[in-house]
Amino acid sequence: MTDSSPTGSRRSDLWNPNRAKSKRDELIVKIVFGACALLSIGTTIGILYTLIFEMFQFFQQVPLRDFLFDTQWTPLFTNPQYGIFVLISATFLTSFIALLVAVPLGILAAICLSEYAPRGVRAWLKPALELLAGIPSVVFGYFALLFVTPFLRNVLGFDLQTFNGLSAGLILGISVLPIIASLSEDAIYAVPDSLRQASYAVGATKRETVINVVLKAALSGIVAAVILGVSRAVGETMIVTLAAGQNPTLTLDPRVAIQTMTSFIVQVSGGDVAVGSLKYDTLFAVGFTLFLITLILNVFSFWFVRRFQEKYE
Amino acid sequence: MTTSDPNALPSPPRGIDIAKGDFQPNLKRRYQYDNIFKTLTWTATFIGLIVLAILLVDTLVDGLPRLSWDFITSFPSRRPEQAGVASALAGTLWLLLITAVFAFPIGVGAGIYLQEFAPDNLFTRALEINISNLAAVPAIIYGLLGLAVFVQLMNTVTQGRSLLSGGLTLALLILPVIIVATRESLKAVPDSLRLAGMALGSTRWQTVWSHVLPQAIPGIMTGTIIALSRAIGEASPLIVIGAQTFVAFLPTNPFSSFAALPIQIYNWTSRPQVAFHANAAAGIIVLLVVLLMMNGTAIYIRNRFQRRSL
Repeated sequence: MTDSSPTGSRRSDLWNPNRAKSKRDELIVKIVFGACALLSIGTTIGILYTLIFEMFQFFQQVPLRDFLFDTQWTPLFTNPQYGIFVLISATFLTSFIALLVAVPLGILAAICLSEYAPRGVRAWLKPALELLAGIPSVVFGYFALLFVTPFLRNVLGFDLQTFNGLSAGLILGISVLPIIASLSEDAIYAVPDSLRQASYAVGATKRETVINVVLKAALSGIVAAVILGVSRAVGETMIVTLAAGQNPTLTLDPRVAIQTMTSFIVQVSGGDVAVGSLKYDTLFAVGFTLFLITLILNVFSFWFVRRFQEKYE
Repeated sequence: MTTSDPNALPSPPRGIDIAKGDFQPNLKRRYQYDNIFKTLTWTATFIGLIVLAILLVDTLVDGLPRLSWDFITSFPSRRPEQAGVASALAGTLWLLLITAVFAFPIGVGAGIYLQEFAPDNLFTRALEINISNLAAVPAIIYGLLGLAVFVQLMNTVTQGRSLLSGGLTLALLILPVIIVATRESLKAVPDSLRLAGMALGSTRWQTVWSHVLPQAIPGIMTGTIIALSRAIGEASPLIVIGAQTFVAFLPTNPFSSFAALPIQIYNWTSRPQVAFHANAAAGIIVLLVVLLMMNGTAIYIRNRFQRRSL
């Protein structure tokens, strides 16, 4: 760009405002980028439409009552039964175990990072924990099936089947730990220092301050973090598919093989399914149930933050 | 109302009994609890890291003996000692390319629109809520969407269960992440730059293009690469749209059927033979190396450009 002087330049026309062109460019950019943003609405509509459409196909062949109240889930058998609660119970079980791991560990780790860790330590500890979030779930699945289950059986003497809800749930907990820890830490870190100092001023110790003042002030953020963690655990696929098995059983026993909603979808779509067959529709009926559960959790989490967020100026 | 002695102490609130020791500081015991609590928080933090360390060591121990150049250049085989990840690795790199080609421009465009152009009205806010909702939809649901739309509905364009279908599905999956990253990066650019640009008479877009975007691009790139590395590790949507586990050729175009590293790992892990488990571990190492390289690039970009912009 040597030729940038306004006078005597061959490109001096650049210095004449071309408002019409500017306006046109502005409009084109707005329309193109606006369309990109609209694509997200399109995605949502696409998800809702495909799930609901195929689900209707499903319910034309299977009555809703059977779907909700059967106690067997055997869609691949000759005499199929479609009791969705068999799959929901498995999803509930693994997610519950995951929460038992992830909630206390996540919140305590968040407290540690925000309140106890010196700045230098925090600078590498936080990215190290986030590394855990970057591990693909199939790797966690490998670990749960081939390390955790043998470890629990041979070293700790648990009476477990090869596939079981326990080790799937434990590792599921480790996999959602970074989400809960990181979001809770954001909430705890955002509590203004004046609250801590006020608490120290009336004679509270650090632990009393953290538990009675800081945690309460950050509660909305922490609850939202936990709910998002639950939603992640419910939708997580590869860990439960690999480690919890493919055996739909209506049970809350963590020692036996079960099948969650997500691992059913993997099992059926792994084999070639004919489009329009009942099996294909079943896929979407289960998908819709899963989507509905996670959607309710997500909306509740957003609502909770908006409703109970403490605003500090 | 009875008159009481003005000098008497007010009676303590209910539930507090001075005789029982309430209001006694008892600092020694409280500090003991403090120390216990502090130890607990540190333990909790390190449990996550210890599990991560065990996972990595376990995988390395199982997989390193199996890892060799042959493993990377061989195709899957029924004999575990001859099997390799060539087609899976190629599929993953193809997917990376296709996903990036679609997700990057669309995500950045949507981010720019929402942050720089969109009017602050009900519709925009609905759009924002919708995007944060999409970010929380399970990956496997995107797989079902991809199956119905890209594999079935757009069969003539995508040739069914092809790399293109897989890449488009993954692109939809990470779009919300890229949009949010773009918006965060744009938000971090000081408003004075925009005001300066407009004061010189440039339009909104000219300001964004020439002043705001150059400042924001490192952040956008970092966010995009991290989103892409999430897509690459994702197995479930690809299984749903029909990735293959036994591909004995290297894909040469986006309409080819495909395998991918996470699918290959899943397949080997779920086999009963122990020899395949070693293959799975070696495959995990290859996948983690790919992810590490991507994240390293992201960190490099961030560090390099952050220094320059100051």
